[in-house]
Amino acid sequence: MLITCPYCGPRDVIEFTYQGDGNRERPQPASQDLDAWNAYVYNRLNPAGDHNEIWQHSGGCRAHLRVVRNTLTHEISSVAFARGDHKSVARHKTEGKS
Amino acid sequence: MVERQSPLEPAPLEPELRTGSHGDFEHGVDVILSETRPRSILQLAAWPGQEKELISGIRTVTGLALPDGAGAGSTDGVKSVFGFAPGKFTVVDEAEGLGSAFANVVTPAIGTVTDLSHGRTAIRIAGPKAEWVLAKFFAIDFALPAFPVGAGRSTMHHDVFAQIQRTGADQFDIYVFRSFARSFWKALCHASEEVGYEVQ
Repeated sequence: MLITCPYCGPRDVIEFTYQGDGNRERPQPASQDLDAWNAYVYNRLNPAGDHNEIWQHSGGCRAHLRVVRNTLTHEISSVAFARGDHKSVARHKTEGKS
Repeated sequence: MVERQSPLEPAPLEPELRTGSHGDFEHGVDVILSETRPRSILQLAAWPGQEKELISGIRTVTGLALPDGAGAGSTDGVKSVFGFAPGKFTVVDEAEGLGSAFANVVTPAIGTVTDLSHGRTAIRIAGPKAEWVLAKFFAIDFALPAFPVGAGRSTMHHDVFAQIQRTGADQFDIYVFRSFARSFWKALCHASEEVGYEVQ
């Protein structure tokens, strides 16, 4: 699997470290909303298809990246620096359901 | 300043660390390995939005202009600079004291200066087969159009993090952690055996 780092170009996945699900929204540190904290810590979408992920190019430029990976095919459809934009790129699992 | 000891001093049972020709050199020496021992190795990082100020500070201190683009760099044979991450640069000088030269130029508002002179070892691989030997180590494109002279790349060989700068058409400077330098050097020697190498 190759991930095309926006800085370094295409690199083998062995240079990258998975930093978790990119859909999580961390509550404000002072938040007492236990449901929000529970969702942040435990709830995952687990989609069969495009998935928002955070990766770090730990064996290269060490930048944190926002990656959209297809969990069925491992196809990477988008890679961007995680700094700045926090909007999800992949279609949210719940959005497509009627 | 404390006299620095190289991590590559030869021991009695380690012939590959001694100067001279090794491996299959009967048909010629295609790779030359050496330790360049620069006295200053710095890492410079700009705060977001301050990259241009940092690049102009690098030009003020070293006289080297950084070309645009990720991983771009330049060298004049004495001083070298290349980008290795967004807003981050490695600056190398054969002379000591580069860190203090930057102290007044890279102010706390622009970014940070980290002196890695004692923490990295610089290994130079040169010769017509240098590209070929490095291609056995790193899964990146070493061809001249993809990796121009002066440019830098950060990558790793297994878990040994390496910063590579191309300092000539067939010459590369590799910066590795000092503690890994000895085993990395030996791996380079073993990979160079089949083309014949010379240690300088």
